[in-house]
Amino acid sequence: MRSTTVRTIRALPTLLRIGVAETVAYRAEFLVWILTTTQPLIMMSLWTSVARDQSFHGFTSAAFVAYYLSNLIVRQLTGNWVAWQMMDEIRMGTMAMRLLRPIHPFFAYVSSHVAAIPFRTLVALPLAVILLVTSGADNLSHDPVQLAMLPISIGLAWLLTFAILFAIGSLAFFMTQTMALANLYFGLYALLSGYLLPLALMPRLAAVAAWLPFRYTLDVPVLIMTRTMSGEELAGLLGRQAAWVAITLFLALQIWHAGVRRFESVGG
Amino acid sequence: MTKYLRLLAIQMRISIASAIAYRANFIIEGVMSAAWLGLTLFPLVVLYDERKSVNGWDLPSALIVMAYFTALRALLEGIVSPSLTALVEKIRDGSFDYVLLKPIDAQVVVSASRYEPWKLFDFAGAIAIAVYAFVKRGYAPSGGELALGLGMFVAGTIAMYSLWIVCAAASFWVGRLDNLMFLLGAIFDTARWPIAVFPGAWRFVFTFVIPVAVMTTFPAMALLGTLDARTIAATVGGALLMLVLSRLVWRAAIRNYTSASS
Repeated sequence: MRSTTVRTIRALPTLLRIGVAETVAYRAEFLVWILTTTQPLIMMSLWTSVARDQSFHGFTSAAFVAYYLSNLIVRQLTGNWVAWQMMDEIRMGTMAMRLLRPIHPFFAYVSSHVAAIPFRTLVALPLAVILLVTSGADNLSHDPVQLAMLPISIGLAWLLTFAILFAIGSLAFFMTQTMALANLYFGLYALLSGYLLPLALMPRLAAVAAWLPFRYTLDVPVLIMTRTMSGEELAGLLGRQAAWVAITLFLALQIWHAGVRRFESVGG
Repeated sequence: MTKYLRLLAIQMRISIASAIAYRANFIIEGVMSAAWLGLTLFPLVVLYDERKSVNGWDLPSALIVMAYFTALRALLEGIVSPSLTALVEKIRDGSFDYVLLKPIDAQVVVSASRYEPWKLFDFAGAIAIAVYAFVKRGYAPSGGELALGLGMFVAGTIAMYSLWIVCAAASFWVGRLDNLMFLLGAIFDTARWPIAVFPGAWRFVFTFVIPVAVMTTFPAMALLGTLDARTIAATVGGALLMLVLSRLVWRAAIRNYTSASS
């Protein structure tokens, strides 16, 4: 057990280097993927136009700009495609190659996706600056504690998104319709995470969302970025976010282990 | 001409047969398309719960745009997208050679080579939305408006198809480009909203640069009887121009094709 951990840690720098090399090699594709996340920008222009003369559910135009740009930043930093990657590899049989390596595939996937983060930051950072300049002081949090917690919250959101998609990818061991499942997940996510609309616009749905993991992948970091809150509220949000990460990671790895046992590779 | 029709019929029959082979899919796809429809309508419901009208568009007229969008998306995801994805695959592995060898126009064959019959659910959903919108509005469209609305739907379909075929033609040069289609799909998503709800600069982009207004907003206005003759002419003319341009791009791309295999 111990030697596995040591081995994984020793291999990590190399895995990260491979990940970076992969991202650089497919940079054009990567850029197009990033550009595909245009939905928040479209929604932003729509709602700012709606709220121009009269605020909507307490959201002014500037508040909508701040909300959707933070939304875009968090989405850029936390997005990943591990479920689709796993579905492909299980279907094509190349998963067998991963299983042969002396490192748990979970860490291999994690490191190849972590390696993409610097490139995503390159896209997200200019946006952050635009956000600060355009939407002004009143729509962003100035609390230093909150801003210090923001990277932690984004990190937890990244882990949670990754764990959920890893679980969905692992389901490909059991069923062939995982693509539909991934689409279904995205639909629920779009609605319940605040990706499509701020949860504040839909009070009834927000009450449901409070009990589900989705909002902790997006809405929570966005709230920490845009709204000043009390220390207790902040701690509560972060605590629940961490709890969801733990629960989802545990379940995802259970599904993975159950799935690997019945995996039969064809070709590869 | 009959040769082409017969060929398309055969391609459709093959797709339907392979779709029917997975019967459990029928239920999954039905549920999914209802779920997606709900998701698409959601922001609209939230918006009009609070406002009577946005830049001159009330709920029923916005729903008509949504109906056009849903129908067009059904065509896109049911025929255009699967066919062109298959084309990109063929170009990559070199089997496009065999398509070119056939004594028929390659563009016709690849444009409708693969179907997703279940997208008919979405089509039914689109009609349901349109009917609901007119019930809510209180009066039905006249025969003329209906004919014009259907005609404009054809124009919108042509505009959409042209955009996608240009995108597919680009893969002759760049190799793998399926994610460019995703990007186009993301932009196409704006077509669910009446163009008037966007700020001025976006309105210009979505009318003239990437003409999503031609695909849904103008047809919806035609059906509602609020579109003037000049815009009708411009829409139809624009759609036909796009078709011609896309044909030219396709021809240039074919000339540029160097087989990937052997």
